Amino acid sequence: MNGITRHSLRALALVLFAQTALAQEPIVTVGSKKFTESVILGELLTQLAASTGAQVEHRSELGGTRILWSALKRGEIDAYPEYTGTISKEILTTGEAATIDEIRDALKARGMVVSEPLGFNNTYILGMKKDLADERGIRTISDLARHPDLRFGFSSEFMDREDGWPGLRRDYDLPQRDIRGMDHDLAYRGLAAGSIDVVDFYSTDAEIEYYGLRALEDDRAHFPRYDSVIVYRDDLEGRAPEVVAAFSALEHAITAADMTAMNAAAKIESVSEARIASEFLERHLGVQSNRRDVGAWERFWVNTAEHLFLVAVSLAGAILVSIPLGVIAARFSRVGQAILGTVGIIQTIPALALLVFMIPLLGIGAAPAIVALFLYSLLPIVRNTYAGLHDIPRPIVESAIALGLSPSRRLRLVELPLAARSILAGIKTSAVINVGTATLGALIGTGGYGQPILTGIRLDDLGLIMQGAVPAAGLALLCQAAFEIAERRFVSKGLRIKAS
Amino acid sequence: MPCSPVIELEQISKAFETTRALERVDLRVEPGQTTVLIGPSGCGKSTLLRVLVGLIEPDGGTATFEGSAITPRSVHALRRRMGYVIQEGGLFPHLTATENVVLMARELGWPEPKWRSRLGALAELTRLPTDALDRYPVELSGGQRQRVSLMRALMLDPDVLLMDEPLGALDSMIRFELQVELRAIFRRLGKTVLLVTHDLDEAGFFGDVIVLLRKGRIEQRGTLEELVHDPRNEFVRAFVNAQRSALAPLREKSR
Repeated sequence: MNGITRHSLRALALVLFAQTALAQEPIVTVGSKKFTESVILGELLTQLAASTGAQVEHRSELGGTRILWSALKRGEIDAYPEYTGTISKEILTTGEAATIDEIRDALKARGMVVSEPLGFNNTYILGMKKDLADERGIRTISDLARHPDLRFGFSSEFMDREDGWPGLRRDYDLPQRDIRGMDHDLAYRGLAAGSIDVVDFYSTDAEIEYYGLRALEDDRAHFPRYDSVIVYRDDLEGRAPEVVAAFSALEHAITAADMTAMNAAAKIESVSEARIASEFLERHLGVQSNRRDVGAWERFWVNTAEHLFLVAVSLAGAILVSIPLGVIAARFSRVGQAILGTVGIIQTIPALALLVFMIPLLGIGAAPAIVALFLYSLLPIVRNTYAGLHDIPRPIVESAIALGLSPSRRLRLVELPLAARSILAGIKTSAVINVGTATLGALIGTGGYGQPILTGIRLDDLGLIMQGAVPAAGLALLCQAAFEIAERRFVSKGLRIKAS
Repeated sequence: MPCSPVIELEQISKAFETTRALERVDLRVEPGQTTVLIGPSGCGKSTLLRVLVGLIEPDGGTATFEGSAITPRSVHALRRRMGYVIQEGGLFPHLTATENVVLMARELGWPEPKWRSRLGALAELTRLPTDALDRYPVELSGGQRQRVSLMRALMLDPDVLLMDEPLGALDSMIRFELQVELRAIFRRLGKTVLLVTHDLDEAGFFGDVIVLLRKGRIEQRGTLEELVHDPRNEFVRAFVNAQRSALAPLREKSR
């Protein structure tokens, strides 16, 4: 109990400090994408930077290229691992900068530095099960054109990227229609289960060996080179030259076999990325890093504190804004329709999209997530406040008027108490939705219960997924119970008892 | 009559979308009298009451209450001198009987001993059992609800009671009992009362003056006797004949 309290207090303090930025800012912040290789590379950078004595934070599993790139531009992260092909096709989009020197010049103009290649090319590969490939006689990507019935399952980013499916379909005239976008890590499971036939994967993925896959030859050279590099802000050289120097130790230091082995250790042997990175640094570069594995309880309390922070702040804001909006909507019918319509439209924006829309405005982390959750929480409360007030029987409202109560007293003494149950139900709905939706925040670096879920999906680790899913469900139930109690407190007994 | 009227309506008109609810109505309500508005449904009798309380703004004409014009601006202050009771009482379901009755007095800053003693006096007047005071409206009988509603209307000792079918939702036994009690209360307090009903029996029982309306116009104004024996037109005659219960003469005699 003592330990738990201490942990939770520490976790809370940690979150509060991180969020309010009262604490000393870490000098260097490293980011990584939400796939294992990127997390390992991010961990390598983090530990290298830490070995120079700098204060380093690793914001891992932040999402895809666009999120990382915009976080880098805004200075929310200082460095992250990237691939040349991705920079050329996704970030520069023109596709003109093809060689590493051209890429370097193009990014320099944008205030970014590109390191020397780290030593391996992690290109996209299309793959399928060996036996199916043999059965159909498929060896190259061109061969796929003769089998329009094959079902494709591509990672979500691959579906949209210029160097992904759109370009691939054009270059190879592929006729397939059954194309599904899914999480990269789930695609392997779909392939294993037989629900999809062809997936995109990365050439250094450990699963190729593990699942016995055939890599199809890119016979028309569609995919560019994806040399692994480090991208960092040019101001980092001024702020922390020793960190930049430490990063350079990774240049030409990782072979494709090294990377595949590290991926396999994480995904197949369930070794933590931090340990994989520290072992690599020690063995290959002779760097001693003081890596610290975070205990399960500590992680749980940190996640809980982060999650509660997101939910509490966004919900409190939503309550403060929604109830007055609901009152206005009930009082002025034309404005009311506009208010209800607007919050209704906000609700129809998919949660993930709303989170990502916020990034250019508010960056990554808690701020955009809180705003998104706040927006989501509006509709149930506004609508229930409106309905609760609107449904008060006419004679009761008229009695209050005839009694001589001023509009504000009427609202406070009669209307809001009568609408209390409906308003509380709205807040309860918002809270429960909020607890669930907040798990998505992990995609943009908010932490919370979504973090273990995200990592669990990536590592195919059901236990880890449960560490996020179970407390999230528990918290939702706890919210329900809290509101049952609140109802006793805020809803008059005269409204709770049934007529005899 | 020498004394000035408590309520005076001049040429009051009100139309709702397609129907004309009130058509240039003139009405004087004398102090201390009970005036009953009666007529078939849709005749405008409730609308008239709602104009007085300021729930409806008339399209034309002037309404004055104790010499001051009832306007959207003035009505707020005037309401405290009027007690308004409606069918089913219009009690606030989230408040106990006591809280309903004293709500306005407390908002006006009455000290507790003052409102408590007023509450006790009203409970005695309306013969509401004391244990009912702590109950919520949903726990009260229909008759008790109307007693509480009357107490609420009388709390600030208004000059006028405006009652819109106050007994309309009660069954006939309780209704008769309450009629007798209500009339006794009216007489004891000497209040000016304006009461709406659709029942001629009830109108005759309460009314010093009965005002019969049809389609927003006053058809006849007089005592029950005048309406019965000296109907001004065919409509009045037909209304009286259709409405007058066979038992009424017996009841008149038994009083």
